[in-house]
Amino acid sequence: MNLETAAHPEGLRRVAIDPISRVEGHGKVTLLLDEEDHIQQARLHIVEFRGFEKFIQGRPYWEVPVMVQRLCGICPVSHHLAASKALDQIVGAHQLTPTAEKLRRLMHYGQILQSHALHFFHLSSPDLLFGFDSEVAKRNIVGVAAAYPEVARQGVLLRKYGQEVIRHTAGKRIHGTGSVPGGVNKNLALAERDALLKDIYQIIGWSLEAVHMARALFEQNLEQYNAFGRFRTHTLSLIRADGAMDLYHGGLRARAAGNNGDGKTIFDHVDYNHYWEHILEEVKPWSYMKFPFLRALGPEAGWYRVGPLTRVTQCDFIPTPLAERERQAFLAFDGGRVTGATLAYHWARMIEMLHAAEAIKELLHDADLQGDELVVAEKDRGERQDRGIGMIEAPRGTLIHHYRVDENDQVIRANLIVATTHNNQAMNEAVRQVARQYLDGRKLTEGLLNHIEVAIRAFDPCLSCATHALGKMPLQVALLDAEGQEIDRMLRGACSAGVPARSGPWL
Amino acid sequence: MNQAGETPALLIIGIGNPSRGDDALGPLLIERLEALQLPDVELLTDFQLQVEYVLDLRGRREVVFVDASLDAPAPFTFAPVVALEDASYSSHELSPGAVLHVYHKLFGEPPPAFVLALRGEAFELGEGLSEAASAHLEAALDFIAQRFSDTCP
Repeated sequence: MNLETAAHPEGLRRVAIDPISRVEGHGKVTLLLDEEDHIQQARLHIVEFRGFEKFIQGRPYWEVPVMVQRLCGICPVSHHLAASKALDQIVGAHQLTPTAEKLRRLMHYGQILQSHALHFFHLSSPDLLFGFDSEVAKRNIVGVAAAYPEVARQGVLLRKYGQEVIRHTAGKRIHGTGSVPGGVNKNLALAERDALLKDIYQIIGWSLEAVHMARALFEQNLEQYNAFGRFRTHTLSLIRADGAMDLYHGGLRARAAGNNGDGKTIFDHVDYNHYWEHILEEVKPWSYMKFPFLRALGPEAGWYRVGPLTRVTQCDFIPTPLAERERQAFLAFDGGRVTGATLAYHWARMIEMLHAAEAIKELLHDADLQGDELVVAEKDRGERQDRGIGMIEAPRGTLIHHYRVDENDQVIRANLIVATTHNNQAMNEAVRQVARQYLDGRKLTEGLLNHIEVAIRAFDPCLSCATHALGKMPLQVALLDAEGQEIDRMLRGACSAGVPARSGPWL
Repeated sequence: MNQAGETPALLIIGIGNPSRGDDALGPLLIERLEALQLPDVELLTDFQLQVEYVLDLRGRREVVFVDASLDAPAPFTFAPVVALEDASYSSHELSPGAVLHVYHKLFGEPPPAFVLALRGEAFELGEGLSEAASAHLEAALDFIAQRFSDTCP
């Protein structure tokens, strides 16, 4: 039984986890249970935002890299850079200057570092350090700060360092304007470089410790972590031409579901400017969010997973030494079984954080960052185009921005496919696996329901539209009976609502 | 840092999304305050508070969080906020009280802090500031400029 749709939903008891805590945005899980508490259906629903096209249409294209940052308070830099890459194509800037490309990369690795630090130390470490069904009052960052003050302190400082990289490269702490169509609008001054260099070796050291902490947690709970929410899936990510992990640019690589990371390649080094020849999206009547799939395999068999676990396992190597050493250890651990474990996302995420720290260090030693050629000169540009596609590996996975502009330089169409959309089916599969493993046939408790959330949280889904006004969001977990009557309720953490992710049929 | 290289005594953080109607009240207030060039004051804006803001609180004499609110009576409220272990710990977005609580756990007693909550009405993406919120912004600007001109030497 696949648990996506109950054979006979009538008369089943419905449990809703609404909204899910410690994920960005608004998600909801519904479970249908029979009289003996056996799970008959489990679904992750995303309350999806649908106003993006209206928001962006009619604006001049050069405003877009700044405007799209207002879709998300968590990964605005990813949208800033993906939009800039798409608009590079509009202005005919197909090869950036070395200064521009390296500045953007530095900004991106700062974003990866701060985002991964926030997720691991703040959002996930409470579950991992205290246990999935530990005392709920302690299962948060304050509990970590009290029990593991040095871990909490390092988490805060890692996050802060990534934000400082963004501030120096984007020009501002938020709503930065550093990246523009065709390049960047500032270089990195020597004083800024020196300020970042001062702490980078400490940051690398803490990142390495974080990898070891993630590994130790996995080792201590080996059987549980290996089995928890485990499922077989195809994988998708950008990859550099030589097979290296590259989070800023590359071609698309997809691999088939295999055993222990040995899946066969479905396609490799595909130019993402024609992504729709390889990726399509399916609509399901019970969800606002679409379900992407690999076109060659069809909607039933072609769904896939993106993000840190995919990137670490399907690249040929990581081009920084410490992260590559840790990747090799990760792949060899327990005969490779870890590569298919949902909870291995955390370990892989920390390997990427280490890679980001190393990449920042290398870039800071590159004199091109102080160069003066910030944008591609007019003489070096190709023809202006009316379509631009930008793709980047955001902290949570592959991010696609796709725009059409008219002859007046106004955006007439916009489409985003964000990492959380790519992972829609994969997250649903993880939820169903955990429901089978832990909830089926048992009386539900907060601790058991948190197991579902632990599985979703591993993907670090981001559904933000960055609104948050005080008192705006109702936050609750509601337990409903078969007639839909509420029989219990509890408060959850605050979160934002909506998701900027919808694609249209146009190309 | 101020010109002497010291951390300014007062920190005002405007919270909100400039492209979400009245959610822009916090950032807009900061924008208006920047023009006043108040001495010994640092001004910051962000979409939402996160754990790293505990580092910005260090060395301050006073901190003010400015945010739009659906609950505050018009035009605004100004009230002290204390360290508070609320449900926002489990999200990507911390409340001002939660930031103070993390500060307390990591660094000890936080500086005195206040929340300036401006009444907002509409928060749709792409919308501008509502007429009512514009009036609330002016009232809050007068209040905070007066307060800081009283506070600053």
